Amino acid sequence: MAINWFKYSSPASFYTLAGKMIPIFVIAAVIFLVAGLYIGFFVAPTDFQQGEAYRIIFIHVPAAWMSMFLYVVMAFWAAIGLAFNTRLSSMFATAIAPTGAMFTFLALWTGALWGKPMWGTWWVWDARLTSELILFFLYIGFMSLQAAIDDPRRADKAGAIIAIVGVVNIPIIYFSVQWWNTLHQGASVSINQAPAMASTMLTGMLVMVLASWMYSIAVILKRVRVIILERESHSAWVTELQKKGAV
Amino acid sequence: MFIWIIKRDLLLAVRRQSDVLITLFFFIIVVSLFPLSVGPEMNLLRTMAPGVVWVAALLASMLSLGRMFSNDYLDGTLEQMLLSPQSLSILVLGKAFAHWIVSGVPLVLMAPVLGIQYDLPFDALLVLTGALLLGTPVLSLIGAIGAALTLGLRGGGVLVSLLVLPLYIPILIFGAGAVEANMAGIAFDAHLSLIGAFLLASLVFAPWAAAASLRVSLE
Repeated sequence: MAINWFKYSSPASFYTLAGKMIPIFVIAAVIFLVAGLYIGFFVAPTDFQQGEAYRIIFIHVPAAWMSMFLYVVMAFWAAIGLAFNTRLSSMFATAIAPTGAMFTFLALWTGALWGKPMWGTWWVWDARLTSELILFFLYIGFMSLQAAIDDPRRADKAGAIIAIVGVVNIPIIYFSVQWWNTLHQGASVSINQAPAMASTMLTGMLVMVLASWMYSIAVILKRVRVIILERESHSAWVTELQKKGAV
Repeated sequence: MFIWIIKRDLLLAVRRQSDVLITLFFFIIVVSLFPLSVGPEMNLLRTMAPGVVWVAALLASMLSLGRMFSNDYLDGTLEQMLLSPQSLSILVLGKAFAHWIVSGVPLVLMAPVLGIQYDLPFDALLVLTGALLLGTPVLSLIGAIGAALTLGLRGGGVLVSLLVLPLYIPILIFGAGAVEANMAGIAFDAHLSLIGAFLLASLVFAPWAAAASLRVSLE
């Protein structure tokens, strides 16, 4: 029996599939979030150096990881969309961007909240902080370019090019910022020498990472569904759905 | 084709000299605003000079990006160029080169004079000029991608800054870093080598990406 691998690359069939998948990921996200927060607040011991303030790590680190990972995923789908002209891939790229930007902002914000009690300052021009900020700019650039173009197909392709250019540049930017930082004698604090973590802290963090994953997937699927409806509003199957009152 | 497009764009620029002068004077004014805002303290100005000159060069180069394709786009020339059997990447490369001659070279020539305003030593002036000479073509090449993507969009001018400025950051870091290293008495050739590497990489990749962007914008 031949499996049709491309069945779900059609927006119409993916729409129903996504509808079935969203509740699963929402439930998973809630479970992981509750478990992660429980471990984070009640199981993980107080850090002997940082006291209770370190607990923001359970939000901060997952957010920072997701922000970088989502940009790569976004560029990947955008590139697939550009190369094979698959509409759904480009829709995915468009749907990922706001979530990625949100996590980048969250990472910067929680980083500032964490930096104040630890380093005594909201912001240092550390290499990681600076490159995270630039990543945020790249997300904003991608989204504003797509928002400025009315024709969705052109927006997809233009966004894809800037996402690919961005992903090529991310390592270059990261290393230049790192070298720039060492040239400037560096900030007096360093986040590179993290003390060895208690295993419950690590568990809590990883569970929170899983929660962020599930949350991202659920939100992105939901957003893709909305984008599909918006772009396919002229098609027969969407009219059919509207008649049934399902939309 | 490459030579032809450069000649044509330069001829157009010569016919409309005000465009070139506006970019140059923008550069001069931005650089001159900083002493007025932070005070005439010479030691402070000397440490700020490389950064200020580089940021101003970035902004000035970006300001003129809009003109790289838009006039040809409006009168239909660009479409004819796309239809021609010549390689589009070469055409973009020529346009970026012409843009550099028109908007980059005047900045490079003017930079030492502005450096004197900031009391930079002679060595540092040389390094600043050399770094700008290597770095400004990269700005034109990367800018070509942004200019091609925002062709004919509303608010294209502001949008291009959002797209292009984050990508300029490595050039800014090493360009200003070279001068600072020289003033601190450290070897600066590593910085210049890195800018040279960016130049070579962007010579290869940027025309190709900008050509793809032009196709997207004009289809």
